Amino acid sequence: MMSFRSTLARAALLLCAGSGFPLLLSAESSDSPDEERHHIQEELKRMQQRLLEMEQRLSEQQAVAATPAAPAGSASPNVFNPQISVILGGKYQHFSRSPGHFAVPGFLLGEAAGLDERGLALGESELNFSANVDNLFYGSLTVSLSPEGGAEVEEAYFQSLHMPFGLTLKAGRFFSGIGYLNQFHTHHDDFVDRPLPYRAFLDSQYGDEGVQIRWLAPTDTFLEFGAEVMRGDAFPSAGSAHQGAGAWDLSAHTGGDVGFSNSWKAGISWLHSTARQRDAFDGQGEPVGSYSGESQLWLADFVWKWAPNGNPVNRNFRFQSELFYRTEKGVLAGTAPAASYDGRHWGWYAEGVYRFHPRWKVGFRYSELRADNSGPAVVSGAILDDQGHIPRRASLVLGFSNSEFSRIRIQLAQDDSRRKRDYQFSMQYLMLLGAHGAHQF
Amino acid sequence: MKKMFLPAFLALFVSLISQPAAATLRIFACEPEWGALAKEIGGDQVSVYTATQAGQDPHHVQARPSMIARMRRADMVIATGAQLEIGWLPVLIRQAANARVQRGQPGYLAASDYVQKLGVPARVDRAMGDVHAAGNPHIQTDPRNIARVAAVLAKRLGQIDPAHAAFYQSRYQEFSRRWQDAIARWEKEAAPLKGTRIVVYHKGWNYLNRWLGLIQVGALEPVPGVPPSTSHLAQLLSKVKQQQVAMVIYAAYQNPRPSEWLAQRAGIPAVKLPFSVGGTDSAGDLFALYDDTIHRLLKAVGKSAGSPDREE
Repeated sequence: MMSFRSTLARAALLLCAGSGFPLLLSAESSDSPDEERHHIQEELKRMQQRLLEMEQRLSEQQAVAATPAAPAGSASPNVFNPQISVILGGKYQHFSRSPGHFAVPGFLLGEAAGLDERGLALGESELNFSANVDNLFYGSLTVSLSPEGGAEVEEAYFQSLHMPFGLTLKAGRFFSGIGYLNQFHTHHDDFVDRPLPYRAFLDSQYGDEGVQIRWLAPTDTFLEFGAEVMRGDAFPSAGSAHQGAGAWDLSAHTGGDVGFSNSWKAGISWLHSTARQRDAFDGQGEPVGSYSGESQLWLADFVWKWAPNGNPVNRNFRFQSELFYRTEKGVLAGTAPAASYDGRHWGWYAEGVYRFHPRWKVGFRYSELRADNSGPAVVSGAILDDQGHIPRRASLVLGFSNSEFSRIRIQLAQDDSRRKRDYQFSMQYLMLLGAHGAHQF
Repeated sequence: MKKMFLPAFLALFVSLISQPAAATLRIFACEPEWGALAKEIGGDQVSVYTATQAGQDPHHVQARPSMIARMRRADMVIATGAQLEIGWLPVLIRQAANARVQRGQPGYLAASDYVQKLGVPARVDRAMGDVHAAGNPHIQTDPRNIARVAAVLAKRLGQIDPAHAAFYQSRYQEFSRRWQDAIARWEKEAAPLKGTRIVVYHKGWNYLNRWLGLIQVGALEPVPGVPPSTSHLAQLLSKVKQQQVAMVIYAAYQNPRPSEWLAQRAGIPAVKLPFSVGGTDSAGDLFALYDDTIHRLLKAVGKSAGSPDREE
């Protein structure tokens, strides 16, 4: 702005110098003072006009000046670099009870189902590279760096961009398309943690190596079917059964709009998995048993989004809910001699998030689980005993984002996952660096 | 009964997956101005689906399931490009898996590729806000840009649907004639606006400013995409008072309150402009979009034939 003003001043000076000469001449040659005044007024008017024109030209130039003759860097090989984005995350958490004693009575939990440590902690930093490989394929790699050091490949897959009949093929390691929330990276969430059923049934998030095929029906209403075959290494499967094809699933989703302000999506999914010596963990991350058998999960998901006139920036509301039903039939070994167990498990959660200001949103989530286990492995007071308790959890979150790339949130939770109530307080930040991530609905 | 069922199901399946004998081209327009242009050029040979409406901020659109379904069967996508739709269009195209509308195909038209863009930043940093590295994408605020895109669109439609290439060309010629006449008329009408100093909500009017000779003194957003803060508004207010700003301009989709706040304190009008087709009640088509824009601007400076009342 400074440079703009000084250029303007210089332009005005030049203008004066340029037009000053004829001004003097005209003053000399004129006779009557009236005529002289008239001349000067005319000159002034002309000067004002020219000043205005110059000012205008300057503001135009300002806009155009920055336009490079050729797009910058178009000659450099870097233009073909993939999109890179980095996500930085960290939190502070306070629990009224020791997170080491976390358990969900009646459920065999995976390693990532428990609570984080108390106090200040760095979260996982995420690094994503993605790009179109060529005219037929798209590739994406997401690496998560744990605060202790060490990197883990969260997702590494390629996907077809177009195939006949509206088919899409995806292969590699990826988050499964079952349910609604599962395929989203956690940085997309509005809460500090995943819903309790996700932690109990899918060890927070279900992803594995596999192949996915999706078919999008050629209808004006969104209708999509998907099928996946997975290696079977990730919870709820384990041990890569069936020669490395230990899990498969089917899903169907549909969705539509109600005017420009409302849209919805709903679906059902079925996951069949085989577990071979799947470890069950306690709150401290120690294995307390090992399960071998079948696990079948049914999932129903529903999401409704409201944004006045399709404008989510100032105000919007999202309601989201998923229902879980699972049966497990197999053998539990470990602390006690191996014994068979037959389990039926239910779970659901519902959450609503309301953005009431361009920068602020508030959300509430309620989750509940139920277990009904039978068989010799169900020993009173042991891991499979539901102790007549219904695990549930309620959380309230307040989020602030300065722009869509920075997010800070505070969450309060009343956690009744175990029999003794735990009050949990969390603060979290998420910073998104680099490329714009386009998000799915 | 069983024997009947299978063929019936197969027939249904085949009719579902095979495209019906292409009666009309299916156009997926990302913004209303391109939907309107496609109707002008394509006439009854195209059926147009407009993904957004003028009341929506085109930077922040959710990739709705219904859009994926429409994209799946589209013969052509018309987008603004220049990263305007970067938050939603790539994911739509990827999910719809439609070969016809992939980048580089004749069925993918990014309008801003065919106009000279203003405001290409020499340096890009997110601290500067949601800047568009490819330049300012809001090209539809200058009707001369529409004329350029119309020529490309007519050619592309002919490429995709050669049987009707002549039809599209003749419609384009006819549109182009009317459009050039309209531009001449608008320029004449808007002549008194030349040199008017304005403040904008979002830096979305560079092309309009250049066309009509408006001088943009500042913006309500401290940096693009970041909502105005009170301290920034206070600073801007003193600037507005010093530099004889004539009006505050905001688009139909933007929150009017900050603009009205500033305008009220500065004692100048806040002018809501349609920004796209359908942005105001009177901006029903492409011609009306500019008619209404100029009408509202003239009204704000008190130079319209009608009453010199303040806008809004």
